[in-house]
Amino acid sequence: MDVVVCVKQVPDTEQPIRVRADGSGIDEQGLNWILNYYDEHAVEEALRVRERHGGTVTVVCVGPPRATEALRTALAMGADEAVHVWDPALEGADHLGVSRVLAEVVRRMPHDLVLCGRLATDDNASVVGAALAEYLGLAQATAIAKLEIGDGVATVEREVEGGVEVLRVPLPAVFTVERTINEPRYPTLPGIMKAKRKEIRTLSLQDLGLDPAQVGAAAARVRYARFDPPPRREAGRVVTPESPEEGARLIAQFLQDTAKVL
Amino acid sequence: MRFELTESQRLVYRAVEEFAARQVRPRAADWDREGRFPHEVIPQLAELGLLGLQVPEEYGGSGLDAVSAAVAVERIAWADGSLALTVASHNSLCTAHILLFGREEQKRRYLPRLARGEALGAWCLTEPHAGSDAAALQTRADRRGDRYVLNGTKAFVTQGSVAGVYVVLARTGGEGPGGITAFVVERGAPGLRVGKKEEKLGLRASDTAEVVFEDVEVPEENRLGAEGEGYAQAMRVLEGGRIGIGAMAVGIGRAALEAAVEYAKTRRAFGQPIAQFQAIQWMLADSAVELDAAWLLVLRAAWLVDQGLPFRKEASMAKLYASEAAHRATDRALQVHGGYGYIREYAVERYYRDVRLCEIGEGTSEIQRLIVAKAILRAT
Ligand SMILES: Cc1cc2nc3c(=O)[nH]c(=O)nc-3n(C[C@H](O)[C@H](O)[C@H](O)COP(=O)(O)OP(=O)(O)OC[C@H]3O[C@@H](n4cnc5c(N)ncnc54)[C@H](O)[C@@H]3O)c2cc1C
Repeated sequence: MDVVVCVKQVPDTEQPIRVRADGSGIDEQGLNWILNYYDEHAVEEALRVRERHGGTVTVVCVGPPRATEALRTALAMGADEAVHVWDPALEGADHLGVSRVLAEVVRRMPHDLVLCGRLATDDNASVVGAALAEYLGLAQATAIAKLEIGDGVATVEREVEGGVEVLRVPLPAVFTVERTINEPRYPTLPGIMKAKRKEIRTLSLQDLGLDPAQVGAAAARVRYARFDPPPRREAGRVVTPESPEEGARLIAQFLQDTAKVL
Repeated sequence: MRFELTESQRLVYRAVEEFAARQVRPRAADWDREGRFPHEVIPQLAELGLLGLQVPEEYGGSGLDAVSAAVAVERIAWADGSLALTVASHNSLCTAHILLFGREEQKRRYLPRLARGEALGAWCLTEPHAGSDAAALQTRADRRGDRYVLNGTKAFVTQGSVAGVYVVLARTGGEGPGGITAFVVERGAPGLRVGKKEEKLGLRASDTAEVVFEDVEVPEENRLGAEGEGYAQAMRVLEGGRIGIGAMAVGIGRAALEAAVEYAKTRRAFGQPIAQFQAIQWMLADSAVELDAAWLLVLRAAWLVDQGLPFRKEASMAKLYASEAAHRATDRALQVHGGYGYIREYAVERYYRDVRLCEIGEGTSEIQRLIVAKAILRAT
């Protein structure tokens, strides 16, 4: 099984995220950039497929130069190869543009299985995996919570309202994974040192025979109008009751009269 | 000049931090209270590669550069000083001694076991009557045919009661540094006995014990290097170890500063958060500046190691400054917490106790100043 995993580098949401004063985007100063959590699960699943069925795991990332660190993390977890695509023309590309670039990369390499995270925690769009399958003309299933590889076919499970949906999908196919699918391994220190020696192949749009006008900012059908920070949370109201009974009464009163939820 | 970690060094930082935050930090207070060596995390340390930090991959280690190793120790110390001392001493004393001065066959025999955590390492230099003046040590190693017989008592041995492999400095010749030789002794050797386990002010989850040698027979093949080379080897081992103690101090200091910042923002007095008082702000600023300076000194010393350049003076500078800066940082953090800082429930109470060892172990601050002064005076 040759597995390709598409990964994205995103800001670490453990830190405060600030919106630029002019609303043009988020302030990247001092941000920590990490491998998208959902993609960690996709890499983990790919490694497990390789452990059971043999083959290779290749990680692919479209993103600025700093994004190689996300690829390096995936290599440290145990991926075999990494491909990094960047081109200044991709600054401002939308999800469809990125999907087309990824499709071109995947098309050029052996792929029995393509895995993506269900979403990236920066913009929560959930577009790229699905669009990638479309551009590749492959079957797809999104947000899978279980994957089993059979002979030319995969059995996957999706958690749906009130139950589990079991799908049989012919391979090659594209799946986006849910975080419940597995528990990703930590990159180990020897793993990091091995990853340090691996080469990350870098490709430009030209290398891929792609026209910037079709995939770059110029082709974007989605443009960000403005970013606003979430409204400030107001300070909570503290009540100091004389007794537990009075406390309960004050809270009930608040829920009824002020919050109007009772 | 680039003031940033490389990509792989950042990955080391993040991998160790994540492990430390999830598996170590939440349990450190309990381990401290119980004064118990946390045997249960040793397999996890081994799995991540923390027990063979700079051991080359061919011997089953992680093969890290010195900067990455310092980063790893700093992040563990941020979560738990005790465990940082375990990791630092296992790696940079016992394991490093075998790595630096062992023959190929000795490296193959011991390094994989140490790196995989099958045996923890201890390093026995100090004696009840020979600490700073290590060249005065009295433990004897008398030659009998193709063996040596060890007799004596070692004090304050980290991992003294839990180690599987001991590197022991003993006297094979006459008085002074030239009569000292290093040996590897394995747990279970007849006559090797764990003496008093020490009750300590801090780092209570790190194991410190006396180790007693009574007619312990050691085959000649366990000697590290030649007779009489032990003291010089030990001094070289300590140079590297001091970078680890510096990193450990910075980690504890940073944890204290973070706790102080958090507390200052939430604790209110006189109608405002105490962070609004300039007196509090100055304490936070001083700690931030000094810890940054300390970290840069630690990184500089580690960087020299990686460049293959001399680093004795710089390692002493880093250890001296970092341990004193971190001491001040924990002291201020405790002060920022007021009465709560004196109470067990708050982590700063532990940081304050834990950090103190960094000014004593692997050469006291006085000894570091002597080393720095000697280097300066020789150069001028
Ligand atoms: C928790 C812990 C763990 C340890 N782990 C280990 C270990 O794993 N292996 C090991 O071998 N040792 C270990 N040690 C021992 C440690 O290295 C010694 O305690 C340290 O070197 C100081 O020696 P000492 O305690 O004998 O103090 P002394 O040497 O007696 O010093 C007493 C005081 O005199 C000062 N002093 C001494 N000589 C001079 C001088 N020439 N000029 C100025 N001042 C001087 C010292 O700075 C100190 O203030 C550990 C100690 C502790 C507390």
